[in-house]
Amino acid sequence: MTTPLPGTPRIRIPARARPGEVIEIRTLLDHPMETGLRHDNSPAPPRNMLARLEIRRDTTPIFAADLRNGTAANPFHVLWVRMETTATFTATWTDEHGRTAATSARVLVG
Amino acid sequence: MTTRRNLLGALALTLLPNPARPDDALAAAIRAAIGDIEPIDAGIELRLPAIAENGAQVPLSVLVDSPMTQEDHVTTIHVFATANPTPGIASFHLFPGLARAEIQTRIRVAEAQSIIVLARHNNGRVYRTSARVAVTRGGCLS
Repeated sequence: MTTPLPGTPRIRIPARARPGEVIEIRTLLDHPMETGLRHDNSPAPPRNMLARLEIRRDTTPIFAADLRNGTAANPFHVLWVRMETTATFTATWTDEHGRTAATSARVLVG
Repeated sequence: MTTRRNLLGALALTLLPNPARPDDALAAAIRAAIGDIEPIDAGIELRLPAIAENGAQVPLSVLVDSPMTQEDHVTTIHVFATANPTPGIASFHLFPGLARAEIQTRIRVAEAQSIIVLARHNNGRVYRTSARVAVTRGGCLS
């Protein structure tokens, strides 16, 4: 069991696609991506960073990201897949403490 | 004759040119990503605004020239900042299930600098490009 992350995981994808069509997948998770660093050494909140995003088509990985300090808050990623058959896409975010958030969406082909 | 003062002065001069530039950190991060492979400057389209209003949310788009087939695909895209407090932005792992080797995201840009992108293909080759970005308001440490 992992502890869930606060914030709403989102995946935006068309509900339907024609066979062979290339569709756009957009993912977003509300997260401060707090590095704990400040220019002037002024007090900063404790570090709180997402470490990884993984996107699967059914059970097959199609994309993963190792996120570091230079990734902006509320990490947003866009990628493209070619649809041949109906599939469910799942995006899973994991923070540096192993907490996770996930969301899925199904694309009907035909 | 070498005095202690001269020695200290020489040492200070050696250390002076890059007090805050994380060049060593950048070199180490690139080495950790691609080892000793010599990248080829081609094959990547990197889109960044020339001037970003808000350095905390700078749109970045990377498109690598690749058919993304099982036999011939991009495996990893690494993105580095040359003048942020730390060089790492993200590493993206791509699989042949993607229609093309393209990724869009948003990055943090602390000050005007170059962003470096390295793309490793499954044949072991690494391609490289970079682009300048300036910021109206720095984004790393607001």
